[in-house]
Amino acid sequence: MTRQQVLDLYFMDTRCKLIDLAAFLDRIDRAEGEADFRLNAFRQALKELDGKEPQRAKQVLLAFSDPTTKPIAKATTKAACGAFKEVEG
Amino acid sequence: MRYIEPHGHMVSRVTDDYIDMATAGCQAVCEPAFWAGFDRSSVQGFYDYFCQLTEHEPKRAAKFGLRHYTWLCINPKESEDTKLAEEVVSIIPKFLDRPTVLGIGEIGLNKNSKNEIKVLEWHIDLAARQDQLILVHTPHLEDKLKGTRLIIDALKSDRRIKPERVIIDHVEEHTIKLVLDAGFWAGMTLYPESKCTPARAIDMIEVYGHERLWMNSACDWGVSVPLAVPRTGLEMKKRGHAEQAIDRMIYQNPVQFMSQCPKFTLA
Repeated sequence: MTRQQVLDLYFMDTRCKLIDLAAFLDRIDRAEGEADFRLNAFRQALKELDGKEPQRAKQVLLAFSDPTTKPIAKATTKAACGAFKEVEG
Repeated sequence: MRYIEPHGHMVSRVTDDYIDMATAGCQAVCEPAFWAGFDRSSVQGFYDYFCQLTEHEPKRAAKFGLRHYTWLCINPKESEDTKLAEEVVSIIPKFLDRPTVLGIGEIGLNKNSKNEIKVLEWHIDLAARQDQLILVHTPHLEDKLKGTRLIIDALKSDRRIKPERVIIDHVEEHTIKLVLDAGFWAGMTLYPESKCTPARAIDMIEVYGHERLWMNSACDWGVSVPLAVPRTGLEMKKRGHAEQAIDRMIYQNPVQFMSQCPKFTLA
């Protein structure tokens, strides 16, 4: 596809997602209380969008990923939350 | 548009989904064993589930002209209890000769724990001993990258395993190259909220090519779309992909992989 064709096919949908993203951040700002580690991870991942490097989707996914390599001792939950939380100590 | 649904949890879906899939051109649906959304309390629960997958569900699909195949295992979400897992793995061989069983799956990891890896290794050993195909589930979200690496290590460390007989599913942009470079097949799961969207799946096809790659809906009891595969075929068409390339991705590739099991036939 040409760049023009990509814009024709995906611009409106992606524009909508971008406004949703902005509205989400506004909503966070308006809300009260402390945010948890996910907001920091989200802001770190956002920086990847503005980069000049290719593979932005991969970089965003890496920003949210557990970078460690060793198995954990025991699974205490089944769920994933979308962002890696570093365990202190 | 003919297509194969290579990964759908039809026991969680309603009959209308079968009608829609058959109407959209589905030729066969393949159902890996998975987590029911709650933990089963005993090995008997798994025995009943394996009977459902190998006896009841093929009949339900056949009413709509669809062939139904299955994969068996205890899924990684229930692998922390190794005593139960050992019991379940021990009953799987009783089912492997059934006519619609394609192999062992979806095995893999969930939270990347030591016990999950132990149970994954038991399944890999079972598949190797019984010469079975393998379908692998990779973890969700932040756990996927690490889990994919651990899974590849476990598979590669068993020299009896042939990578071309293993599909590692739920790849995304940060894991697809790891899987393909190691010689395995890769599956892209089309979900509305997680895993990957049709647009991103097509991006990956355009970047990595058509070799050893398939797409699936992994439709289940969660937020998922049983028609995700044909809808992605339509989106490929909008993006100018040739009919032949679309057919290869949504029909020929899954047929090629699963035909390594002689029980898989569309005749």
